[in-house]
Amino acid sequence: MLAIDVKDLRKQFNVQKNREGLSGALKDLFKREYNEVTAVKDISFQIPEGEICGYIGENGAGKSTTIKMLTGILVPTSGHIKVNGFIPYKDREKFVGGIGVVFGQRSQLWWDIGVIESFQLLRKVYRVSEQDFRKRLNELVERLQLGDLLNRPVRKLSLGQRMRCELVASLLHNPSILFLDEPTIGLDIVVKTEIRDFLMQMNKEQGTTILLTTHDLQDIEALCSRVIMLDDGRIIYDGGLDELKNRWSKGREIQFQFARHTPIEKLKQLTESLDVTWTPENDVTAKMWLPHAVNVSDALARVVGGVEIRDIKIFETNTDDIVRGIYQSGSAAVSKETSQS
Amino acid sequence: MMSAYIDFIRIRFLMMLAYRVNYYSGIIIYAINIGAYYFLWQAIYGDKETLAGFTVNQMTTYVAVSWMARAFYFNNLDREIANEIRDGSVAVQLIRPYSYLLVKMMQGFGEGLFRMLLFMVPGMIIVCLIFPVTLPTEPMTWLIYLVMLFFSFLINSQINILTGLFAFFVENNEGMMRMKRVMVDLFSGVVVPIAFFPGWLSAIMQWLPFQAITYLPSSVFTGRTPDSEIGQVFGLQVIWFIGLLVPIWWTWRAARRRLFVQGG
Repeated sequence: MLAIDVKDLRKQFNVQKNREGLSGALKDLFKREYNEVTAVKDISFQIPEGEICGYIGENGAGKSTTIKMLTGILVPTSGHIKVNGFIPYKDREKFVGGIGVVFGQRSQLWWDIGVIESFQLLRKVYRVSEQDFRKRLNELVERLQLGDLLNRPVRKLSLGQRMRCELVASLLHNPSILFLDEPTIGLDIVVKTEIRDFLMQMNKEQGTTILLTTHDLQDIEALCSRVIMLDDGRIIYDGGLDELKNRWSKGREIQFQFARHTPIEKLKQLTESLDVTWTPENDVTAKMWLPHAVNVSDALARVVGGVEIRDIKIFETNTDDIVRGIYQSGSAAVSKETSQS
Repeated sequence: MMSAYIDFIRIRFLMMLAYRVNYYSGIIIYAINIGAYYFLWQAIYGDKETLAGFTVNQMTTYVAVSWMARAFYFNNLDREIANEIRDGSVAVQLIRPYSYLLVKMMQGFGEGLFRMLLFMVPGMIIVCLIFPVTLPTEPMTWLIYLVMLFFSFLINSQINILTGLFAFFVENNEGMMRMKRVMVDLFSGVVVPIAFFPGWLSAIMQWLPFQAITYLPSSVFTGRTPDSEIGQVFGLQVIWFIGLLVPIWWTWRAARRRLFVQGG
C-alpha cells in the first residue's frame, strides 16, 4: 500500500508587493498589488509504506511547503494528495492522529512546562491509553537516553536534548508515517548519529514510513534508500542514492604519496595520453583526477610503472560535491538530462 | 479528548501562577483606575441625586464591578494568535488533532480563572474597603452575575480571536488590535455606562456585541435591570455568543486557505 500518493500538486502564494517610497506606501494603502509565487509546481511522487525517503533541495526549493501540504497545514492550490488514506487538509483532525511531525526549527513542546508534562498533555491530545503511553515512553526514553531530562522545563534543555525530546513527542502515539523537516539542523555529530541510528532502527522494527528533508547529505546517506530532489518547485531527480551518485559524479580522484620528490611535469608526462589532471599537494604527494571514461587500472599502471609509490588513496566524489554540482548547473539543463535517461 | 482541553486550562493557570508577581502591580493599577473614576464621577454628580438613572452610590458600585469584571474577562488572545500566525508557530498547532481555536479559548479561560482568583477577588476586597461600594446581598443575583460574567468572557474572547485571525489577511494587525481594545473598553461601558451615551450612539450600541461584555452584566449586578428583564438581557448575551461563532468559523475557513507559513 502507498503511504503517500501525490499527483500534480501545486501551491501558489500571493505575496504582497510593497511599493517604494511614500507615494508607493500611499498607493499600497488603497490598492494592494500581489505577486503570485508558485512554490510547488505540479509535482507527483509516491512513497510506499516502510520506505525512508529523503527530500532534498536548495533553500526555497519548495521542500517545506510540500511537507506542510502533506501534513495538512497548508491547503494545496491544485492537485491530489493522499497520505495514510486521508486527504490531509480535509480531515485534518482525524488525519494528524496517524502521523508524527518534527520541525527542526520549531519546538512542539510547551516551553514553560516540564518535558514529562508536555508528554502527558500530548498523551491526552492523541488519546493514548495510560498503559500504551507508559510502555512507549519507557522504550523511547531508554533508546534515546532521556531519563534525567524528563523533569526539566523545556526551555532549560540544550538543542540536542530538546531535539531528542521532540522526536519522542512526535512518536508517542505510534504514528505510521513520520515527517521530519530538517531534524538534525544545528546538532553535533554525536546526537546526529544517535538520531540516525534511532530512526533506522524504528524503520526496521516497526516499518515506519519516514520522509525527511535535510541539508545534511550524510543524513541521506545514512538513512535513505531513495532521494527526491527538488529545484525551483519541480522534481529534478527521484530514485536511489547510488544511482544519483553514479549518474552525476563525473569522476574520481586518486591521491599518491611518492617515495621521493616527484615533479608534477614528470607525472603529467607519464599519463600524457589519458584525459587526467594533476594537482600537486606538496613535494611528495599529488592528486590525479580522472573522469569515468578513464579506466582506473590504466591510469594506475602508468603511474606505478614510472615512479616509486608509498601509498595510494582513491576518493569517490562525495555526495556534497555532486549535489552542489546539480544545484549550480541549474534546473533546466538538469531536468532535460533526467528526462533523457 | 475533553481531558486534554481541561489540561490546557490547568497548564495556563499554573503558568500564570508562576509569573504571578507581574499581576500584583495590576491590582494596584486597577485600584487606581477605579479611584480615579470614583472621584471623577463624584465631581460630575456634584450635588445632583441621579444622572441617567444612576445614583452616586450605584455609579460607584458600577465602576468598581465593571473594572473588576474586566480583570477577569480581559485576555491577550488576539495578540497570542497574531504572534503565532506571524512567527509561523501556528503550523505546530495544526499538526495536532485538536481544534486550535478551542485550545486558545481554553487557555484564555485558564488565564481568566487565574485573574479571577488572584486578581479580581482580592482586588474587589481592597476596593470595597476603600470606596463606598454596595454589593447585592441576594445569592441569586450573584449566581446570575457569575453566569453572565462567564458569557462576558466568552464574547470578549470571541472578539479577540476574530481580531487575532485578521493577522492571516494583513501583514500587521497591530493597529486593528489597538483599535479593538479601545472600542471594547469604550463601547462595553467600562469607561462610561452606555446610558450616558447620546441617543443615537446608544441606539447603535444596542446592535453591537460590546454592551454584552460589561454593561449588561454590571447593570444586572448593580440592580439597575429589573428582575423581569434579566432573562431577556441574558438571552442577548447568548445570542451574541452564538452569532459570533459564524464569522469566526468563516474567517478560520478562509484563513486556512490563505495560510502562508513564514520562515519556509
